[in-house]
Amino acid sequence: MLRAAPVLIILLLIGPIMVGLLMVLLPAFGYLPALNATEFTLTHWQELFAVPGLVRSLGISLVAGLLTPILALSLVFLYLATASESWLDRWIRRLVSPLLAVPHAAAAFGLAFLIAPSGLLSRLFSPWMTGWQRPPDLLIINDTYGISLMLGLVVKEIPFLLLMALAALPQLDVQRRVAMARSLGYRPGLAWMKTVAPALYPLLRLPVFAVIVFASSTVDVAIILGPSLPGTLSVMVLGWFSDPDLAHRFLAAAGALLQLGLSLTAILIWMLLEAVARRYNTHWLESGQRHHGEKMIWLLGRGGVSLATILTAGSLLSLLMNAFAGFWRFPASFPDSLVLRHWLSALPSLGQPLLNTVIISLVATVLALALVLAALENEHRHHLKTRSSIWFLYLPLLVPQLAFLFGLVVFTESLQWQPGLPLVIFAHLIFVLPYVFLTLSEAYRRLDPRWSQLAATLGASPNRSFWRIRLPMLLSAWLTAAAIGAAISISQFLPTQLLGAGRVPTITTEAVALASGGNRNIISVWAMVQALLPMLGFMLALSVPRFLWRNRQTMRYLH
Amino acid sequence: MLRLTTFTLLLLLLTNPLSAQEQQTRTDFTSWPQVLNEARSQTVYFNAWGGEQRNNDFLAWVAARVEALYSIDLQHVKLGDTAEAVSRVLAEKQAGNTDNGAIDLIWLNGENFASMKENGLLFGPWAEQLPNHALLDAENHPEVRYDFTVPVEGMESPWLRAHLVFYYDSELVSAPPLSIPALLDWTSRHPGEFTYPRPPNFLGTTFLKQAALELATTPAALYQPVTEADFEQVTAPLWEFLDRLHPHLLRSGRSFPASGAELRRYMSDGEIALAFSFNPAEAMLAIKNGELPPSVRSYVLSGGTLANVSFLAIPFNARSKAAAMAVANFLLSPEAQARAQDPDFLGSTAVIALSQLNPAQRQLFNFQRHPALPAAEELQRQLQEPHPSWMPALEQAWLQRYSGR
Amino acid sequence: MNPLALHLKQIRIDLHDEQLIALDAVIEPGEILTVMGPSGSGKSTLLAYLAGFLAPVFKASGEIILHERRLDKLPAEQRRIGLLFQDPLLFPHLSVGGNLRFALPPTVSNRKTVIASGLATMGLDGYAERDPATLSGGQRARVALLRLLLSKPEAVLLDEPFSKLDAHLRKEIRQQVFTSLQQAGLPGVLVTHDAEDAAAAGGRIITLSSADD
Repeated sequence: MLRAAPVLIILLLIGPIMVGLLMVLLPAFGYLPALNATEFTLTHWQELFAVPGLVRSLGISLVAGLLTPILALSLVFLYLATASESWLDRWIRRLVSPLLAVPHAAAAFGLAFLIAPSGLLSRLFSPWMTGWQRPPDLLIINDTYGISLMLGLVVKEIPFLLLMALAALPQLDVQRRVAMARSLGYRPGLAWMKTVAPALYPLLRLPVFAVIVFASSTVDVAIILGPSLPGTLSVMVLGWFSDPDLAHRFLAAAGALLQLGLSLTAILIWMLLEAVARRYNTHWLESGQRHHGEKMIWLLGRGGVSLATILTAGSLLSLLMNAFAGFWRFPASFPDSLVLRHWLSALPSLGQPLLNTVIISLVATVLALALVLAALENEHRHHLKTRSSIWFLYLPLLVPQLAFLFGLVVFTESLQWQPGLPLVIFAHLIFVLPYVFLTLSEAYRRLDPRWSQLAATLGASPNRSFWRIRLPMLLSAWLTAAAIGAAISISQFLPTQLLGAGRVPTITTEAVALASGGNRNIISVWAMVQALLPMLGFMLALSVPRFLWRNRQTMRYLH
Repeated sequence: MLRLTTFTLLLLLLTNPLSAQEQQTRTDFTSWPQVLNEARSQTVYFNAWGGEQRNNDFLAWVAARVEALYSIDLQHVKLGDTAEAVSRVLAEKQAGNTDNGAIDLIWLNGENFASMKENGLLFGPWAEQLPNHALLDAENHPEVRYDFTVPVEGMESPWLRAHLVFYYDSELVSAPPLSIPALLDWTSRHPGEFTYPRPPNFLGTTFLKQAALELATTPAALYQPVTEADFEQVTAPLWEFLDRLHPHLLRSGRSFPASGAELRRYMSDGEIALAFSFNPAEAMLAIKNGELPPSVRSYVLSGGTLANVSFLAIPFNARSKAAAMAVANFLLSPEAQARAQDPDFLGSTAVIALSQLNPAQRQLFNFQRHPALPAAEELQRQLQEPHPSWMPALEQAWLQRYSGR
Repeated sequence: MNPLALHLKQIRIDLHDEQLIALDAVIEPGEILTVMGPSGSGKSTLLAYLAGFLAPVFKASGEIILHERRLDKLPAEQRRIGLLFQDPLLFPHLSVGGNLRFALPPTVSNRKTVIASGLATMGLDGYAERDPATLSGGQRARVALLRLLLSKPEAVLLDEPFSKLDAHLRKEIRQQVFTSLQQAGLPGVLVTHDAEDAAAAGGRIITLSSADD
């Protein structure tokens, strides 16, 4: 039974991915019988490389793919190095999950309204300070070099990496490490950076790769914040896939492959940087230097994450205000009136989508969790090394969704599977699985093996040991994984729309459809609804262990 | 092993995309009673843009009406982009699904229609068999027979009109420009007060077409396929105009809004004072939503602006073709057209000819004009859409000139 | 052949085709065999082999026989060999009583009384509902010992179980462990590099040499 789990996961991912990739590969070389194209050719690649602005577009995607993880990871590390039990830190840690729950597009939309020339910040300081009666003509959003895009990505990825780090830290016995280094005369921030960070990074490597892939291939954030002339490669590819001229599908397929190559290149460069950093790091770690840089660590650690928190909180506030705003003209700092109209107009169309969303995310998450736990338990029982097949897990994140899903629709259609709830759940599973695996595997593998050995010497069968020892001890880890999985499921748009043939409306499909109408108030309402559900999941993931372990100090301390 | 089987299966599918048996139930779609009979208790999945609450509410009303009239279960599949539906039909064709498609009715624009028609993704002809087709008075309104100059040939049925209108904030602008050349003059005096969505966005390309038509020395060339014209010569005035216009645009033309929706948002935020839309009622609707100030007014350029008709099409493999036809027919009824034109509901422009109606039916169309709507006589000033082949050509040339600079 | 004795027949453990450990011994009930040796000499490998956790890189041959059962082919949970680790390793998500109940075979009736009286013998009366995190080091060690005994093992392995206790506790706990094992008549294997531990165990002493030599 257990042995089947990894095979099942691989089949579940490989099947659709093979189909998906094939469906990108063939048209990229000119083969798409439905459009009467059956001859292999390289012309679409020539076309692709002749696209105006392609080089800059590639450059921006690549830089965003690398700078985002560098900045986000550095800030998370610097923050953790200087974090304490102060109210501010406890507050920030509590904010992590809700911030993570806000869908990327919604957060980007909120940020755009916050920093735009006509945005909230500008309104707050106008006209009394700036003298602006009309918004200044400044290129802030959609700037040519993708700076606001990267800002949006960094701000959104910090909570993700922070959550991953907080989940991994308990295994590292941080206090003892830091205490030891401090007893050797290291200042606290440096002590953390030199004793904890090097041990923490390997645990965060997979999430960092996910960030690289996401940052180099994001569509929704790039549309809202990214440069426009040219846009990032991902946005251009999406445009070609949606072009009314179906001949653009060939160009889109070639572009999708290029996008895949781009994300892989970014990972490759990251690995090179890792090698360089390792060499430099050893030198730094062993230099014996124990004071120099402490101030910098504190400044960046406190300042960086505080700024990110303020920006995110400001984005959320923007959404909140817009969801209730009546007429609100620049430079007013506050809407003329607060109204419930936007919510009332959304209410009647909320019921069915809400129900669908809950069912789909619950089933997909439970299935993903069961499969991942089974695979990890199988690995644990048979002393298997992490296999290279883990790379398959990343493919659903690597291949542009539209390209990949087109193939999937062809596949399910040809098997005559009717579009509907089961198919949508299946499609969600493909995207939920990697994240659940990503979040859970490290914690699972790093659980002290002596606990299971001890259980065995006390006569517990492997099953009993799993249910009574490993599962409860990892409660917090798998609940967090489930919450992330559910959040991923809730945010899925294209898989829901295409595999459900539009017949399975969810909160997100409704939100995206209405977002295309551009009404900021309506977008804000749906973004909040969209964020509320995963927030609920994260709150459960936090409070259930807290409640269950209220009398178990070590367990509470662990998390 | 399993991998191999999947792969083989796939190759089979790919090389043999249309092997599935054609087993259409033989309905005589020319006999309206038979169509209505067949339509009874069918479900119609209507894939239509869902970006506007009013639109969605209107379609919900349509669903209730066709349920009452014909026992048809109409489901509005809300799209963010029509391409989602086109993708789906394409995938179904690829997989050999010829009679069990998931989409029964699509709201299309010209380019999507041309593309789907050319690739055999549409069912038809069926539209001219609808009883309410007569209300269009196609003899006197030939525009309902052409979708961007492509002959419709009964492959889709009209349901609404679209017309390019400009709108401005009358508190900030006293005399808006009335022609494309005047626009250049106006922007140079009001820098940063105007911009347009970046092609290949549909509305952005429409702006290019409008400008090209007004500026070209031989506008007739734009109604022929682009391959038959001297592209350089026809479009030279357009590029000269844009080169001079861009420095005066919002953000000095270094960044353009992504869509018409974003353009309206710039207007709503007071970043610009002049914008345009393909829906004559857009400004009125936005004022009612509290997005735009009540001082906004709409107008049509003095030489006329581009106008077209929105259509409904049925995919080649739709499951409920009869019911889809019944829905399309209902949308042409005076009842539905009047509701669509009612400023309290959709505020759009009816596509049927009032001359074909009896006085009682005509009475349905007497609405009080909202000040933000363009005057009825202005809406007579229409330019027909150029040949669709000009769209990709203009988009390509625009990107070539202005992207990656 | 005494069925209650632990028979280690021709045990040989190889790593990369090099012999790491060779051992042939019979451990009588109540006797504790002490294995000494420097770090890296394979002490822990021997324990892992006996308990059933030997990593697949090691190649082992020989037979482990106890109660007329051949154990070396059985999975750990069926061997009925208890193990005391360096740390008490009380399951942090279970109460003290929960830890003990986890060990108690399901066939035992009167679970409550068994646990209560067990705690009483350890001087931990009324500790059943306590969070293990609230116990002192000595108390934790005693709970770990009690848990081991309640699981009704037929032999016991001791992996330097006293090395982390401070001096005065160490003597006391050591005494308690050895006495309990003797009373229960269990054969035991103690791994240590502390001569005092070895002496206190009072059985034979085997010294393993470093693998590198």
